[in-house]
Amino acid sequence: MNPSAGSSQPAITYLNHETTVGSWLLTRDHKRIGVMFLVLVILALLLGGVFAMVLRIELLTPGPTIISAMTYNRMFTLHGVTMVWLFMIPAIPSAFGNFVLPIMLGAKDVAFPRLNLASVYIYVAGAGLTLFGMLWSGADTGWTFYTPYSTTSPTAVAPILLGVFIIGFSTIITGLNFITTVHTLRAPGMHWSRIPLFVWALYGTSVIQVVATPVLGMVLLLVFFERVFGVGLFDPARGGDPVLFQHMFWFYSHPAVYIMVLPAMGVITEVVCAFSRKNIFGYKMIAASTFGIAFVGFFSWGHHMFVSGQSTFGSGVFGVLSMLVAIFTAIKIFNWVATMYGGSIDLRVPLLYVLGFIFLLVFGGMTGVAVATTSLDVHWHDTYFIVAHFHYIMVGAVLMAFLAALHYWWPKMFGRVYPERWSFLAASTIIFGFIVTFLPQFLLGNLGMPRRYYQYPAELQWLNVLSTAGASLLAFGFTLIGVYLLWSLRYGRVSTANPWGSSGYEWYSGSPPAPHNFTEAPRFEREVHDYTVPEAPRVY
Amino acid sequence: MSTETSPWEEHFGSRENQNKAAQLGMWIFLGSEVLLFTNLFVGYGVYRYYYPDIFVEGSKHLEAGWATVQTLLLVTSSLFVALAVHYIRQGRQFLTALVLLVGMGMGLGFLGIKGWEYWKHWTEGALPGEYYRLEELPVRGGSLFFTLYFLLTGLHAVHMLVALGLLGWLVWGAVSGKYTAEYHIPVEVGGLYWHLVDVFWLFIYPLLYLVE
Repeated sequence: MNPSAGSSQPAITYLNHETTVGSWLLTRDHKRIGVMFLVLVILALLLGGVFAMVLRIELLTPGPTIISAMTYNRMFTLHGVTMVWLFMIPAIPSAFGNFVLPIMLGAKDVAFPRLNLASVYIYVAGAGLTLFGMLWSGADTGWTFYTPYSTTSPTAVAPILLGVFIIGFSTIITGLNFITTVHTLRAPGMHWSRIPLFVWALYGTSVIQVVATPVLGMVLLLVFFERVFGVGLFDPARGGDPVLFQHMFWFYSHPAVYIMVLPAMGVITEVVCAFSRKNIFGYKMIAASTFGIAFVGFFSWGHHMFVSGQSTFGSGVFGVLSMLVAIFTAIKIFNWVATMYGGSIDLRVPLLYVLGFIFLLVFGGMTGVAVATTSLDVHWHDTYFIVAHFHYIMVGAVLMAFLAALHYWWPKMFGRVYPERWSFLAASTIIFGFIVTFLPQFLLGNLGMPRRYYQYPAELQWLNVLSTAGASLLAFGFTLIGVYLLWSLRYGRVSTANPWGSSGYEWYSGSPPAPHNFTEAPRFEREVHDYTVPEAPRVY
Repeated sequence: MSTETSPWEEHFGSRENQNKAAQLGMWIFLGSEVLLFTNLFVGYGVYRYYYPDIFVEGSKHLEAGWATVQTLLLVTSSLFVALAVHYIRQGRQFLTALVLLVGMGMGLGFLGIKGWEYWKHWTEGALPGEYYRLEELPVRGGSLFFTLYFLLTGLHAVHMLVALGLLGWLVWGAVSGKYTAEYHIPVEVGGLYWHLVDVFWLFIYPLLYLVE
């Protein structure tokens, strides 16, 4: 509880040693790049959130409410595209990963700082092209771009495809950088069994990013070529097979779920330890299960295609493989709970998000096992049940972890502490609002309401109204967070070097850290996530 | 890009470590590239399974003899690029630039033959998708073969262009004395990339040209 009171903060930090705009735009400092990504992904979150609110308002009444059917189709497509590719995939790795990974390893920077800077601009270029497509005429294909509709739709699918393709390179560069950094830039004393679990999570994520993203890039490029040059690889009229697109798409996009979830799980591990004041339970199992998920994730894509004419045997195999993911996830959940058990719990806001995460992940995960069961999925396929399931994983889990990370590392990044009471209110609102938004969607799906439909029978209205009410709570919660975090940048209490008394290695540097992370070479003498020594580690 | 300052970057700690990082980074990138092509190979596998006879017929429209010449050119160019790595390790900068230029010449020869073959397909109407005009083969299947042909060889040709640019940059670096016996990691990783592009062709060549 007693933060490292005596440890001195560096006077010159990465924030104040250079302050010109140019020094930010051309920086090679991983911390500044992380902060730039943080700003960008939060803007994307805002945009995707606005799309979501428009959708929810439209669905308040069974008939047309505020937008036309075509606009509705565009809205859900843009919501998906923005949230998946502009926000969720880069959110934790590119923003927080870039910021803390090198510090956790005791490095001065990532292995390839110039490439790291390039990844920002590649992201900006891709996002810009995607936005251009959205403003031009949007796309109405859904974020999955299924052929043959995506090759024939009259909307501006092409720039969005190309934009997402370009963003993919940003992802690949980040993954490449992280893997190389872990292998080559660990400080003395940082042997493999001392690598923090957030770094292990990012490592697993990076492997998926490097291996799966090019497959997505290529398949999007193929659809792009088909639209622009008419190459017709998926065109049934020329003997092509549209289902081949689904295979190629999900070969990436299923592992992409783990690109989003694994870093989130890494955040949870860090936060659980810090606020339970207890060594992590099952370090090796948590690290190993990360790779278990990453590996099995590559062999479960077929569970998206149970009704796409896949053989029953194939579906069965994909179903069983998908269920394995739940086992690896359960290992993590048991370890987090076991870490908290008997710990000296300090219920701060990051831990509140962790509790939300665990609760919602269990829901999302268990319904995942349910939809991996072929006989059940045939009933639920393309209904709101699926929508609710993956929002429990992506919002319920990933967004909770993003917010946990945002609050946990806020003092690390900006040297200010957020206001505790307001953040508690916001966190409670968001967790409650989330449940109110998406629990009704499970019921809607089970009653047979298909996803992506503009209208629905009147008897389903009360559940839809409930869902929209929950979404309004979410919007309120996010607005609150936005306001108090911006406020705290200027007026928040100045943070000590280690406000949580965490023994995480990233707290070996000042808050905010010095330009090269440490003012002297850090020595990693304590085990990772070690709380057996009561006092917080010294700051280098 | 710092031009005249030391190429050794401080955050790596040691020179060996910088070399190791550059090598590892390039290998990871190459792995990523393999997956980029995999999509097309999978597409090839699927459609050849659907239309086995048409793929055999389609293959006869390609210039297998010239493709063999291309293969020889590319494999030999890889030898020269490997020699460049060998020479730069000894610090022989001009010899390095020379063998790189020979390798580049062979690469350009490869692309020349490719361009001529594309022109031939153009006149014949053996083009992808909606431009397909070849009458001997049905559109269903035939157009897919040529779509895959153009995608595979086209993607490969784009990689060739990038790799040629990379070699050109290495030639310039070797001539201007940037690379020495001590600092030659760009030549090594640039060479790796060239070899990968070569290896891709070694898969594309039998799949497209030697179908029986």
